[in-house]
Amino acid sequence: MKILQKLMTGIAGAAVLATGAMAAELTIVHGSVGRDQEVLRAQLDKFEAETDHTVTIVSMPESTTDQFGQYRLWLSAQSSDIDVYRLDVIWAPQLASHFVDLTPHVADIVDDFVPAAIESQTVDGKLVALPMFLGAPALYYRTDLLEKYGQEVPGTWAELTETAKVVMDGERAEGNDGMWGFVFQGAAYEGLTCNAQEWINSSGGGRIVELDGSIAINNPQAAAAIDLAASWVGGIAPGGVLNYKEEDARGVFQSGNAVFMRNWNYAYALAAGEDSPVRESFAVTTLPTGGEGMSSSATLGGWHLGVSNYSENQEASIELVRFLNNYDNQKERAIVTSRPPTLNAVYEDPEVAEKQEFIPLWKPVVDNALPRPSAATLRKYNEVSAAFWTAVHNTMSGNGDAATNLAQLENELGRLRGPRW
Amino acid sequence: MAKTDARSRLSRSRTRSAWLFLAPMLVTLFVVAAWPLGRTIWFSFTDASLDLMSQARWVGIRNYLEYVDFGDGEGRYYGLLADARWWRSVWNTILFATVSVSFETVFGLIIALALHKQFRGRAFVRAAVLIPWAIPTIVSAKMWAWMLHDQFGIINDMFMSLGLISQPIAWTASPDTAMIAVLMVDIWKTTPFMALLILAGLQMVPGDIYEAAKLDGVPAWRVFRRVTLPLIMPAVLVAVVFRALDALRVFDIVYVLTPNTDATRTMSVYARENLFDFDQFAYGSAASTLLFLVIALITITFIMATRMDLEGKRA
Repeated sequence: MKILQKLMTGIAGAAVLATGAMAAELTIVHGSVGRDQEVLRAQLDKFEAETDHTVTIVSMPESTTDQFGQYRLWLSAQSSDIDVYRLDVIWAPQLASHFVDLTPHVADIVDDFVPAAIESQTVDGKLVALPMFLGAPALYYRTDLLEKYGQEVPGTWAELTETAKVVMDGERAEGNDGMWGFVFQGAAYEGLTCNAQEWINSSGGGRIVELDGSIAINNPQAAAAIDLAASWVGGIAPGGVLNYKEEDARGVFQSGNAVFMRNWNYAYALAAGEDSPVRESFAVTTLPTGGEGMSSSATLGGWHLGVSNYSENQEASIELVRFLNNYDNQKERAIVTSRPPTLNAVYEDPEVAEKQEFIPLWKPVVDNALPRPSAATLRKYNEVSAAFWTAVHNTMSGNGDAATNLAQLENELGRLRGPRW
Repeated sequence: MAKTDARSRLSRSRTRSAWLFLAPMLVTLFVVAAWPLGRTIWFSFTDASLDLMSQARWVGIRNYLEYVDFGDGEGRYYGLLADARWWRSVWNTILFATVSVSFETVFGLIIALALHKQFRGRAFVRAAVLIPWAIPTIVSAKMWAWMLHDQFGIINDMFMSLGLISQPIAWTASPDTAMIAVLMVDIWKTTPFMALLILAGLQMVPGDIYEAAKLDGVPAWRVFRRVTLPLIMPAVLVAVVFRALDALRVFDIVYVLTPNTDATRTMSVYARENLFDFDQFAYGSAASTLLFLVIALITITFIMATRMDLEGKRA
């Protein structure tokens, strides 16, 4: 009996060793926007050719909020179906326990990465995900239209409102009925949190939750910023902006029907693409400020690759994560999808500078990007964000003014916090 | 004596085999219905979170209602029963169910009456009517979301060309029209289901009654009022209960079509949001439990109010 048992264990062990050395079948999940899917597939094909592993992509909806719900379900169920997750920059504190600590596996390359990106993914000394690409939104504007109406590129939100109105009215008077002034992400989801914290922070209204966890969002500067944004809806922005996500906004701008757009960097490559009607006539700049002496705020975005604790092929998965974030692949993504890279060196690559001229210029924007309060609020971040976007969305749909809604938000945040976050 | 013995033995063994035959169904029902429901109710009295499900501790009714004293003589009620967003979701759900089921019943009845008549190509029309119902809700909701889109949508384009509206309406985004959009899509989608059930009821009505009415020269409207309607009423009521049960737990159409706001958030959307997005598994379970109670209450009330014949006693 003993001998038989030993024999069995031996066979099982050999089988495990054999599969470990043999090709693994990996699964990676991401929420594709723009050309993400196409580029990822091409890079995975290279990986498959080099290593004999096979990788399947599972694609998720565009909305970050929807992706999170599904990921939480898989992870809580300890599912081994997914090996590598592409995680939003804000999720690390909430999901840390489900991912492999990458610190020992990337020790040799970690210093090449943008430090702020690594820091955002480090929770209690554990590197939850290896940064894949960053995001710091830009103001897209139509160079031809500004020139036609003799307008400057706006530096403040008030100037943007004015310029948008002048151009929009002018175009409409000429029979271009579909023209709008400004499009952004106004649906009630994570994207609105990003947009609204930029309006507030760049107008001197502080953060949703301050870095030390205190709540000071109920202030006149914040209220004024949101009231201004509410005045856009139905004015310079279409009423439907209240349900716009990234791709809706891009659809309007890229088909030539908006003067300004706030969007992430991925839209640059697409708006400049062969089939884009506006490819010759747009440019990007940093987002406006609230006025003299204030500085522009761009929400820190980005997507990062984490290896699930429940993966049966952790070694191969780590290999994949390292591969996707190597110099060549980051460079390719920077050029094809205009995603700001996470390796310092790629920003200085002459070929990147030639093909996506904004990327080298975007390094300071990325370095100074405004993080969302996910580190301060820990597990309660999603509720905080939902409370915040609800207050803003209510104001924009004409459901109470900003001051009232912010006062309510302050109460709600206080309740969520309790004695501490 | 021997005879009764034999009979009782026979009846005992029949009872036994009856239980035996029922057992698979009872076990299945317990596993897929009673157990999850019981777990949900239990979780609603704990502090469970999705990641730490096994460490859930009993906390009483805190998820439903709790008075928190701030220590300075002031305090506030917390919990589901004190949550205005929850009550707004309940109201949205009931509004949605009432309006959608009413319209679907009326339209379903009209379509069923039309399909009951003999005409050329009836088989084709019967099949065609079912198409909206056969499309998965996610697909049809997404399809309508594009059709209703304020910039690219065909609906706005058609209305504009007809001169009905002067500028595009943001159907799904504006709080004034979001619920109307949801209702419209649901009525479009589910009317065929009602039509089908009512048509089945119509086909049960014996043809000789109509012949007799025809011979007596009864006008068509009175035949409908006095003959058809009473005879198909049981079928209609069953269809209404089915639809109402479905409508009260509506999730997908609202979730896909509209932004997550107070204008359209239903009980299911609220529960899901807490269960998965907010890491409030216990609170979400409490919402699910109340959702179950609300649906049960409404259904029972409806069945009692219409004196529905569920056991077939009158047949």
